[in-house]
Amino acid sequence: MTDVVATNQTILVVGGGISGLTAALEAAECGKQVILVEKGPSVGGRVTQLYKYFPKLCFPTCGLEINLRRLKANRNLRVLTMAEVTAIDGEAGDYRVAVKLAPRHVNDNCTACGDCADAVEAEFDNEFDFGMGQRKGAYLPFNMAWPQRYVLDPRLIGTPDADKAKAACKADAIDLDMVEETVEMKVGAVIWATGWKPYDAGKIQPYGHGRFTNVVTNMEFERMLDPFGPTDGKIVRPSDGKAPTNIAFIQCAGSRDRNHLEHCSRICCMASLKQTTYVREQFADDVTSTIYYIDIRAIDRIDDFYRDVQADPNVKFIKSKVANITEDRDSHGLLLHGVDTEGYHRYSNPHDLVVLATGMEPSVPAGQVPGPVTGDEHGFVAADGAIFGAGCASEALDVNRAVQNATAAALRAIQVVNRVAATESRDV
Amino acid sequence: MSDDKKYGAYICTGCGLGERLDSTAQTNVASRDGKMGVVREHGFLCNAEGVQLIRDDLASGEVSHVVIAACSRRAKTEAFAFDDVAMARANLREGVIWSQPDGDEARETTQEMAEDYVRMACAEIKFMATPQGDPVSDTSRRILVVGGGVSGMTSALETARAGYDVTIVEKSATLGGHAATLQTRIPQQAPYREPEPSGVDELIAAIEAEARIEVRLNAALTSTDGAPGRFEVEIGTESGSTASERFGAIVMATGYTDYDMANLPELGAGKSPDVVDQAGFEALVKAADGGPIQCPTNGREAKHVVFVQCAGQRSDQEGHLPYCSGHCCLTSIRQAMHAQEAGASATVLFSDLRTPGAAGEDFYRAGQECGVTFCKGTVSEVLPGDDDLEVRYNDLILDEQTSLRADLVVLATGMVPNSGVDIDTIAAEENEEADGVAAGAEGTAQENTVTIPVESILNLKYRQGPDVPQLKHGFADSHFICFPYESRRTGIYPTGPVRRPMDMQQAQEDATGAALKAIQAVEGAALGRAAHPRSGDLSFPSFRKEGCTQCKRCTVECPFGAIDEDEQSYPLFNSSRCRRCGTCMGACPVRVISFENYSVETVGQQLKIVEIPDEFEEKPRVLILACENDAYPALDMAGMTGQHYSPYVRIIPVRCLGSVNLIWVTDALNNGYDGVLLMGCKKGDNYQCHFVKGSELAHERISKVDETLKTLSLEPERVLTHEVAITDIQRIPEIINDYMKTIEKIGLSPFKF
Repeated sequence: MTDVVATNQTILVVGGGISGLTAALEAAECGKQVILVEKGPSVGGRVTQLYKYFPKLCFPTCGLEINLRRLKANRNLRVLTMAEVTAIDGEAGDYRVAVKLAPRHVNDNCTACGDCADAVEAEFDNEFDFGMGQRKGAYLPFNMAWPQRYVLDPRLIGTPDADKAKAACKADAIDLDMVEETVEMKVGAVIWATGWKPYDAGKIQPYGHGRFTNVVTNMEFERMLDPFGPTDGKIVRPSDGKAPTNIAFIQCAGSRDRNHLEHCSRICCMASLKQTTYVREQFADDVTSTIYYIDIRAIDRIDDFYRDVQADPNVKFIKSKVANITEDRDSHGLLLHGVDTEGYHRYSNPHDLVVLATGMEPSVPAGQVPGPVTGDEHGFVAADGAIFGAGCASEALDVNRAVQNATAAALRAIQVVNRVAATESRDV
Repeated sequence: MSDDKKYGAYICTGCGLGERLDSTAQTNVASRDGKMGVVREHGFLCNAEGVQLIRDDLASGEVSHVVIAACSRRAKTEAFAFDDVAMARANLREGVIWSQPDGDEARETTQEMAEDYVRMACAEIKFMATPQGDPVSDTSRRILVVGGGVSGMTSALETARAGYDVTIVEKSATLGGHAATLQTRIPQQAPYREPEPSGVDELIAAIEAEARIEVRLNAALTSTDGAPGRFEVEIGTESGSTASERFGAIVMATGYTDYDMANLPELGAGKSPDVVDQAGFEALVKAADGGPIQCPTNGREAKHVVFVQCAGQRSDQEGHLPYCSGHCCLTSIRQAMHAQEAGASATVLFSDLRTPGAAGEDFYRAGQECGVTFCKGTVSEVLPGDDDLEVRYNDLILDEQTSLRADLVVLATGMVPNSGVDIDTIAAEENEEADGVAAGAEGTAQENTVTIPVESILNLKYRQGPDVPQLKHGFADSHFICFPYESRRTGIYPTGPVRRPMDMQQAQEDATGAALKAIQAVEGAALGRAAHPRSGDLSFPSFRKEGCTQCKRCTVECPFGAIDEDEQSYPLFNSSRCRRCGTCMGACPVRVISFENYSVETVGQQLKIVEIPDEFEEKPRVLILACENDAYPALDMAGMTGQHYSPYVRIIPVRCLGSVNLIWVTDALNNGYDGVLLMGCKKGDNYQCHFVKGSELAHERISKVDETLKTLSLEPERVLTHEVAITDIQRIPEIINDYMKTIEKIGLSPFKF
């Protein structure tokens, strides 16, 4: 049975992405007791799937390494992975929380040696790569996954593969009898940092994602750049695995649109601008990029990044919301149809790879949070409710702002537990 | 070395180490060469039983200093966590068996590698002590907030609500800053459809009602000295009196100055009073008091109001702002709504309308619904006419030059941060004077940055200058995407528009985050704990005064301005300002600076104990000093993913390349190493060095090694520096293997014994 020590002076952070990690670490480094609950098998979240950050073009795992070191060094912070908050009752200063722990089937004896992965045969779609590739049934989600412990896919349990994994493990780390359990704890403040998920591109019917092989989302495109990812780091046309020649980026795919997400996701313009630099990095002058946009939102002091990309002769900008895409069934080439609103010209432009700049929606919409939150009509959780929304759970934010926001959330939580502490010391 | 140190080495044979390596030989190395009093092997050192083995030795007093020869220092940290015990780890798993091919051919060189790493860990531990920390005595927990605008007031309130005392120092006679002049603000609450009351009065009332907050108006900082936990601040008032106060941390919320629209005559500024900036329009709305908005020239009703976005912004033209100020699109929408409400028609001319997020887009739609016209166009000229103004613009939709008549034109000009004195420019000028040459290459980012005449804000008595270093365009921001609050002056946190352009909601959120960082700095200082990125580190630098030559390199090179100088130019370390990167240690030519657990000796002894095969064995040795933040994790992951590299390298992690002292390089060459590779983070404008300048300084220092190499008749390739990233998991092994080919080409070092 998992034992979790917590009191109403403990801060609970829900979500182990960059916002949740930041909120948890910042509070813990102020000397507070913190429990971080992450639904997946490792911390790091959405940013670990990215190749580079704009505007510095630096690598997300660089910051993750620092955060992991902070985490390893801090005794005030306890992390529960494969854990999901199912109920939060009570009020600020006095919450009762139920957390459901899914079985990992690997205990903390695991040394991450990888023998179990070698032993099992079954493979599954790799969720880390949005199903673009496969992974083993016993796996480490990514190279820097922490806790550095393998996971057994629940679909393996009861199959001969499970026994093979167990037999291969010299560390006695595999526990096939592990079952789901629910732990209850008392906490004083809750930070809700469950982040975002990409809007389902399949819902944008005219763009053919899921029907046209060479239409991918911006997150799928990011995964192509990972040397350990589904295409070994190469930008390719999924139809034939060859290099594209003429890439289109469609902005606001499913965003700023009454039929889909009404809001602007803030990051997608910069993400596409950044992705054109990937294209240049890989192909120099051989491949062109065209960005179809409504407004380029390179907000505040990073606007110069936009101007640098504009200066690239291989990147073209067309002000247009693309009406629809058609595919040539033999070549899998694509035609983008629409009207260039600058000068009002109709176009039917050929491209051989289309990247949809899909936006963010909250992973857990406010209405589905099992506790007292204040939400807006888009499903974002208010930062200043009883439970504190943080990061992309509270608004569409870039990494820098999500961290800023999460740091603020940490202080709001500290205010609550410090109030509790003051009251309790008075009562004594 | 005192006698009470008792050394124990623990050799793990799990994870395939037992099969791939000869553990008996390692045990012999640890006791014979490493002189470890206790040496134990265990088949699974990180499990409960293995850890208990170590704990028992520690508890019985048989061992006080621990060597773990197992996996990387980055792995199994939760198992090998012994409080107040010095520990060195030999990386035999990721660094040896996983990075070397299995098989008879490689067995000998793999074993040599492992034995060397055991020797090195044993050498390191002898020079390590448990850091005791240097807590600030009598820590002040009071927070100083500089600036009484919305950012400053928010920081103060949020700090007070967490139970800390706060003092606000505001240079003007009132609280409120720019926001006090606003009629309304951009909505912060769903459904984000209408301008909201600015909330400034409520904020001021809350400040006045909060017993923990003290406000000093008409006041400024005339001197700031000390360090987190013990800042000594002189607060001067207009009347000339000064008060000395002690604070624990400082929030710098000094806001911005409106861009001077006089720089925009082509847009009619200065040519007609009916051309105003956003602040000017706000005043007109206020004066109208719900009635029609009147034109400043003759008081007639403004029936047509045109808002010109990005006026003097997002432009490389001289005198313009190169950046976007972030809030102006939303502000113009808000102001256009006021114009519509007052019976005027409002048109917004923009090139990219920037209304991000759910709030932004909802408010934009609300603006469209209330009748504001949005038109994509770039304004070329505003011409005053007899009765009104002509706004000439290029309509980007119709692709034609056209014009609009307007009674009133509002220029959406941007924000210029009040970040004080640019200390980097001063330092560059000083260098220029000192060197008698242009400092040019450093590029102090002054070009095309609008500067307003500045006085220092903090008046820091720090050796490196009176204010916080600035980033691009004069903003006092952090350079790190993941760590927006990492200013280069520990315990001083710029927030709000002085940090980056932002609207009020962003500023309030930012100010709340900055308040947390200030509280954290105070609590950390009280315990002697380092701030980010080595959070919690208790080690701190100390120096041997008798050896010091007062050369000032440490005080100049510290990326965080942590070291001052006394009257005789000896360094004065301020441990609560220090980030523990060791740049001072790397800078010191006489090697008098060290940390308890990281010093010239902890690394120097490791590289010296490596067995250097004689020239007839044809086994070269290359020393790699790898940044522990990026290069070393990448090397670990190279091992994890089965990338193999030469068995002839010996890798030592360093806190930052900035901490690399040249003596390590020369010692290595003198000891017969055939080459030295330094691997650190990216330098330059988009630097990724976590300690800002460490990587750059290392490159500079190494460039000077070339001279030394020449005098030793050694090839320049013997010492190379590489910029690598944590993602270079495949590239680093390639760099290593290519380098071994270079060594093969130039031949082994002549300095073998």
